[in-house]
Amino acid sequence: MGDATNDPRVPEGTVVLTASGAGGPGGPTAGTLDVDPDRLTGRRLPRYAAWVCLAVTVAVGVLVRITGITIIGLADWVVALAASFIGYTAWTLVVEGRRHAVDRLATTAIYAAAAAALVPLFWILITLVVKGFSVLSWDFLTSTMRNVNPRAEGGGVAHAIVGTLEQVAIAAVISVPVGILTAVYLVEYGRGRLAKAISFFVDVMTGIPSIVAGMFIYTFWILTLGFPTSGLAAGLALSILMVPVVIRATEEILKIVPNELREGALALGVPKYKVILRIVLPTAISGIITGVMLAVARVTGETAPLLLTTFLAQDMNGNPFSGNQASLPVFIWDQIQRGTTASLDRAWGGALVLIIIVMIFYAGARVLAAIYAPKKV
Amino acid sequence: MTNADTHVGTAAETPGPSGATAQEARLPYRIEIKDLNIYYGDFLAVEKVNLAIEQRSVMAFIGPSGCGKSTVLRTLDRMHEVTPGARVEGQVLLDGQDIYAPNVDPVLVRRTIGMVFQRPNPFPTMSIYENVVAGLKLQKDGRHRGRAMDDIVEQSLRGANLWEEVKDRLSKPGAGLSGGQQQRLCIARAIAIQPEVLLMDEPASALDSISTLAIEDLIRELKSQYTIIIVTHNMQQAHRIADNTAFFNLAGVGQPGHLIESGPTHVMFNNPKNQQTIDYIQGRFG
Repeated sequence: MGDATNDPRVPEGTVVLTASGAGGPGGPTAGTLDVDPDRLTGRRLPRYAAWVCLAVTVAVGVLVRITGITIIGLADWVVALAASFIGYTAWTLVVEGRRHAVDRLATTAIYAAAAAALVPLFWILITLVVKGFSVLSWDFLTSTMRNVNPRAEGGGVAHAIVGTLEQVAIAAVISVPVGILTAVYLVEYGRGRLAKAISFFVDVMTGIPSIVAGMFIYTFWILTLGFPTSGLAAGLALSILMVPVVIRATEEILKIVPNELREGALALGVPKYKVILRIVLPTAISGIITGVMLAVARVTGETAPLLLTTFLAQDMNGNPFSGNQASLPVFIWDQIQRGTTASLDRAWGGALVLIIIVMIFYAGARVLAAIYAPKKV
Repeated sequence: MTNADTHVGTAAETPGPSGATAQEARLPYRIEIKDLNIYYGDFLAVEKVNLAIEQRSVMAFIGPSGCGKSTVLRTLDRMHEVTPGARVEGQVLLDGQDIYAPNVDPVLVRRTIGMVFQRPNPFPTMSIYENVVAGLKLQKDGRHRGRAMDDIVEQSLRGANLWEEVKDRLSKPGAGLSGGQQQRLCIARAIAIQPEVLLMDEPASALDSISTLAIEDLIRELKSQYTIIIVTHNMQQAHRIADNTAFFNLAGVGQPGHLIESGPTHVMFNNPKNQQTIDYIQGRFG
């Protein structure tokens, strides 16, 4: 570099790169580099290679289906998939080499795993819509099972919708404040043994089977304290399931609020409780809303604890504090075990309504989260 | 600053009763650090710091990474103790009053001594306007309303050289500004609560050279009203803006940091006494 910077023709500050190895001594020697022009390229499979393999697999499957020529029955499909999987990898190995073969193998495995996870989900959704949609009607949504022969046609889910909404609302009213305050304690204040113990029991509570939550409320609230079965008892049981979920979700969100924001506010002479209320929670609110809604969605479909705490009702009961209340999960369970075509239709309709309610919760959470999310522009 | 008697940085000498009589003759120091030991849990991070900082001057803390200069800075507005397990021994006197005395409220200390951090940290849920008045609003005393708030916002943003750039979009989120603008917004936020001392922890290290120059100009202006203490890794920066400089060093990993030498910046850079200072300033390590 020394002679280059002394060169009067080179403007000051220009970096002159010299190929000291290949060019040899004596400065830049343009045009004499002896390189292989193909050193950056390699043979590749055609872009459509993966699709060809997939198409062959599907074709084999369809052929088996149409012609009825089958070697080992349904397993032919699996064999076809595996064969195309291996063939694809081998093809890559031959044409592109080992690194690309491993890459394509891993990529295919990941897509296959994602598909395997999603297929049942869509299957359930499609089945629900297909079987439940014909049942849905204004009548179905607005009438109850009062004076309806449970084996005959007619009736509806109005009483179950009201029950589910009230029970979940009770559970949320209890769990959301308790859960958020516990998470605030754990993240902002908790040090030492108490926090560790709380954290441990939250983990334990997350793993409680839902029927155990129902049994606890049944033995404690109903048998020991002597309260009657009611929507309230059901809400209490659901809240036992909901609290740990809210705590964990909120805790994770609060943990990712940058510490710099807390310190920035503290350094302005803001008391700690105000830092939490006005800086930390507003920054985290959209994530907390999402977490709470996921917790709500999780308990909305619970059946077992409701059977023990409010059982079932065929009539509308709008008062969660007195008497048994219907709910969508228990309604579905009840209709399935009646076993007639009409009752099974009602079960599918109830299941579709349940899914729609959960989806409305989730969509509402997304909208609220977007509204409260910190904005850049 | 040319006065040779100026008794800035008593680290090299042993602080004793003889120093006290000399101090009374001059303008009192804004901040005096006395025998300060700083701990994280059982770990002694910084040992026996003695240092005095003049009013309306800029003091720069320099030294290699891990030497404890940021740690010392954070003890000056009691932000150190925000870290779990962190504690201090010794005294930090603000105008003669120990901010670690038992009846001192750390929240009130932080309202008197402002702080600007290494990474700009505007509050993401707040607009530019709200960011500037965040300190006043969240301090709850409710003295300032409406017009008065508007005036404070304009004053503070002008003070931070940001007013002209943002005056037409005060209601836009503070997080939408560039890094340099965000840092000046944080400085505006810090001076909106009208502190007496301003602590800056590497305020320009995350910024490009133009934003850095803007911040340095700002520091020189702010010096007329505030006592400023700045931690910097950039020795040219210390040279450019600081009246006095303190050099921290540590003997090795796991050893506590020490204040090695302090004094007027031109002396520290041109004629340091301690061999470690000479090595560091000449770039032999760090």
